Amino acid sequence: MTSSDARDVVGDYEAGWHDPETSTIRFDAGLSEKIVRDISGLKNEPEWMTEVRVKAYHHFINQPMPSWGNLEILDNIDFEAITYFLRSGDKTEKDWDDVPEDIKRTFNRLGIPEAEQKWLGGVTAQYESEAVYHSIREDLEEQGVIFLDMDSGLREHEDIVKKYFCSVVPFQDNKFSALNTAVWSGGSFIYVPKGVKVEMPVQAYFRINAKNMGQFERTLIIADEGSSIHYVEGCTAPTYSTESLHSAVVELIAHKGAHIRYSTVQNWSNNVYNLVTKRAVANENATVEWVDGNIGSKLTMKYPAVILKGTGAHAEVISVAYAGNGQHQDAGAKVHHLASNTTSKILSKSISKDGGRGSYRGMVTVGKKAENCKVNVVCDALILDEESQSDTYPTMEISNPTCRSEHEASVSKVSDEQLFYLMSRGHNEEEAMALIVNGFFEPFTRELPMEYAVELNKLMALEMEGSIG
Amino acid sequence: MSGKGVLEIVNLHAKVGDEEILKGIDLTLKKGELHALMGRNGSGKSTLAKVLMGHPEYEVTDGSVTLDGEDILELETWERARLGIFLSFQYPQSVPGLQVGNFLRKSVSTVRGDDAPKARDFRRELNSAMEKLSVDKKFLGRYVNDGFSGGEKKRLEILQLMLLKPQLAILDETDSGLDIDALRTVATGINASVSDAACLIITHYQRILDYVNPDYVHVIIDGKIASSGGPELARKLEESGYEWLEEGVNE
Repeated sequence: MTSSDARDVVGDYEAGWHDPETSTIRFDAGLSEKIVRDISGLKNEPEWMTEVRVKAYHHFINQPMPSWGNLEILDNIDFEAITYFLRSGDKTEKDWDDVPEDIKRTFNRLGIPEAEQKWLGGVTAQYESEAVYHSIREDLEEQGVIFLDMDSGLREHEDIVKKYFCSVVPFQDNKFSALNTAVWSGGSFIYVPKGVKVEMPVQAYFRINAKNMGQFERTLIIADEGSSIHYVEGCTAPTYSTESLHSAVVELIAHKGAHIRYSTVQNWSNNVYNLVTKRAVANENATVEWVDGNIGSKLTMKYPAVILKGTGAHAEVISVAYAGNGQHQDAGAKVHHLASNTTSKILSKSISKDGGRGSYRGMVTVGKKAENCKVNVVCDALILDEESQSDTYPTMEISNPTCRSEHEASVSKVSDEQLFYLMSRGHNEEEAMALIVNGFFEPFTRELPMEYAVELNKLMALEMEGSIG
Repeated sequence: MSGKGVLEIVNLHAKVGDEEILKGIDLTLKKGELHALMGRNGSGKSTLAKVLMGHPEYEVTDGSVTLDGEDILELETWERARLGIFLSFQYPQSVPGLQVGNFLRKSVSTVRGDDAPKARDFRRELNSAMEKLSVDKKFLGRYVNDGFSGGEKKRLEILQLMLLKPQLAILDETDSGLDIDALRTVATGINASVSDAACLIITHYQRILDYVNPDYVHVIIDGKIASSGGPELARKLEESGYEWLEEGVNE
């Protein structure tokens, strides 16, 4: 298939170029216990990890597909066509100059080294299965902050990893958490010591380059008592006419009084299945915030979750999803109030256009013994044309009568009068649409670091181009 | 360009659906002239405003509209705006999430193009216009018309008029829903920005004409200009209503 054919299939996508593949190790497509063991062996992992992987693999094999989301698309995933491990660099470098030239060029093109210099406290750049670049500011290191790619994390801090790995998302949780646990590679490992407040965000960037690739990063962030951290992740992949699979597991642990903010802007090409399990535990008076932007992919199923385990803990999940032609964004949030005086806020915004489908799927539970909890859920959908679709599946299970909960949902369409008004101010139809769409996402974008907000607005303006008749 | 007819409307017919609303409008507005267009509800006043701005719901079936000789009916709404046509809306639309300051900056840059002021000059223009309209700085951080009172919406329209500096300003019922103080303020804004432009003020009432001085007054009845004159015509309408004119038309 030529690149112009691919473009016909998936439309315009800015990060859709790819480099020639120059892998040093590439496993055959398909999955078996041998492949799982080989991945672990290649990484010289401790035996307990190999065993967890193997158990998870068998669980994956026996587990049925999820019964929600988009069953038609899920059933089409060909697990045998996917490559589960691909190594591109020989090791993780600390200097961009040591990163293989073509890979460095890719990250340059994505603006990562530039962002690092300007406003980040640390960067991990993952290419296919493993990190090719990693660095952290010296002052953070001196304060005892650990920021590593997950493979190095396991090597250098096995005790911490062993304690927390699978503690928030057990591999038995769902089919894709089992798959990730079996074949995980890369991702970030962060530990913030007691009382340390990391002022500058740290970032990980995940890039899939090869065809039919599976990327299974595993991220574990532990914020010790009274500490705080802002972690930012970005993702892109080339546009191919065959599918890739991205299935991450992210576990966050916020100890007493800690604050974790996890911001994602993922901009996958339209051939990526994006099936991710993200979950956090918030202990006493801790705060966890998921700021989650889903642009692109063929199917996204992602519901960042927070377990409010300690008294006074707070959860915030702000998410946006954009579903264009041939895309289904099934996204939302989950919050479980297990302790008293816990509060949660969910804001979900979705846009569907050109036949895309945006679904909000949310769950909030309040346990019997959790007194005086507050729950606030708002989900808004904006539909840009007649072919597109939006649906909402909110669930609330409140078992304690002292809970105060609010839930609002709205579905709106862009009106001709609104467009006419903006066009009378000199904005053509695409620009007018972008003003409306960016406005709709504004409660989300204002939560992002400025550089990301600008990028997201540009991205949405691009999405509005060329498709208005 | 002085003395040249800026806007020329000749025998303009327009319909919405199957209903003809404009039935042959003739009107010429020159640079620096302020025209008032008066008429009852449903006479076609607002339709004329929307047709001039290119609202997609209205279809022009006959006649022509030119701005400095250029046929504008062929142009898209946003092209007309960039050419220097401005419409102050009777019912301005809200755009949640779009901040007023950001919207003004973007609109000024598209409409005024190469002549758009640089950041610092823009700020100066903006501050001065906001001061004239007694608009608080907080206004800039609010979302366009979202949760605005009637008076705030009209102030934002006039703020845009002042910053976009059009050649032709059409003000559709800018006075409706304003108390007397707000009306006075808004009129100051209008007077400050239309001295160099051609201006068409569409209104029900004589009231606003006490604060902006029209050179000409036209009365529209059933899609046609039934009478034109000086400011005295507006006063006569205020005293005697529209009946005496309608009798003439209906004969």
